[in-house]
Amino acid sequence: MPLPTSTVIGMLSDNLRLRGSVLPLGKRRTSSWADGLNIPEGGHTVLYTGLTYQLMPYLESLSAAQNKLGAAMPERLAALGRPVNRLVNIAGLMAWPSREKRRHYDRILGDIVAVLRSAGVEFGYLYGDDLYSGALVHDYGEDEVVRIHGRRIRDVLRAAGVQEVITIDPHTTNMLRSVLPQLVDGFTVQVRHYLEVLADRNPLPRRDLGQELAVHDSCLMARAENVVEAPRALLRAAGSVVLDPEHARDITWCCGGPVESLYPEKAHANARTRVAQLRGTAPEAVTMCPICLVNLRGAANGSMRLQDISHYLRRAYT
Amino acid sequence: MTTTTTTSERSLLAEVSAGTDFNAQACMNCGVCTSVCPMGIDMLPRKLFHLVVLGEREEVLRNTEAVYSCLLCRMCEVSCPADVKITANVRALRHYLNHHVLGV
Repeated sequence: MPLPTSTVIGMLSDNLRLRGSVLPLGKRRTSSWADGLNIPEGGHTVLYTGLTYQLMPYLESLSAAQNKLGAAMPERLAALGRPVNRLVNIAGLMAWPSREKRRHYDRILGDIVAVLRSAGVEFGYLYGDDLYSGALVHDYGEDEVVRIHGRRIRDVLRAAGVQEVITIDPHTTNMLRSVLPQLVDGFTVQVRHYLEVLADRNPLPRRDLGQELAVHDSCLMARAENVVEAPRALLRAAGSVVLDPEHARDITWCCGGPVESLYPEKAHANARTRVAQLRGTAPEAVTMCPICLVNLRGAANGSMRLQDISHYLRRAYT
Repeated sequence: MTTTTTTSERSLLAEVSAGTDFNAQACMNCGVCTSVCPMGIDMLPRKLFHLVVLGEREEVLRNTEAVYSCLLCRMCEVSCPADVKITANVRALRHYLNHHVLGV
């Protein structure tokens, strides 16, 4: 059983307003994935992660802890969660994923860097100034908090002289490209998803993937940001047989992830429906969003193989 | 369903709409949104938005779970023939409930 709706939304909103992220983690924890990759700091064009991939192992761990806690906690005690969280970073203390889980998501980020470099794309990284996008709090309708946070992102990008950002997940792409320019004065940075950047470069594959892959489009990528052809073109050029499941492209079926924190059972039921659609298409499916990846993998429970698209692109293009 | 007055209609719609792009008045009640919803939410969006337009506050409050269960996946929005900004409307309703009901 999850915590009460007001507690969950209040804590997420307070964390973004007070600490700059829905799940505040130290700057080292969110930027250490780049250790040893020698990515220059800042620059005209930066890879902007928005922390979505880095947060996933912590959110998974927090979600499990929250569900256990919610089931055992009396309502009045649960209501104390928010005031206490204003003083102490409860979420940060509760979320302790295994090293293996963290490495898994770090590896995805490393794969994306490798593929972009292999295609000749030059970019920097903001390290500790690569801030969370505010997407989850925006979903809950708390635009004033998102506006405050959006100004932080705008100011960080300005201070670093960034003109263009390359995003890597649907939620950060949508926030930086479509939402924050509407909410924050002077939010004018150019935003492109890395799959768009790669497809424009039309890189030559070095290895043939030679396998059937079902593509799971993310709702935001397909319906809000119109990134539909780029992933398919990159996979096809690398010899994959790209298959659209029932409900693909602009009528893709949601993974259920957006309601995971409030209604986990509903989220899981939706994910199971989607996994059945994907499994009926190919034994292996590609995702482009870490939230989709987590939810669908959970629902698949080993019955099919699901991988982030960067896994295949690294194999094919580097 | 609660009987309402013109004042309450105006007041609920005005409160939910304040500072947002809430445009539920554009809904033609065709039901496409309900038929394509992957969550099978019957109440959202057309019925619930209509209740806001009618000022049926108590009925809206009885359906808060539907408001927060929406995935914001936009399947309904891309299918809507009246261009209702469904996800923006859901977010506006959440903002209203956050501050007027849940005490966020």
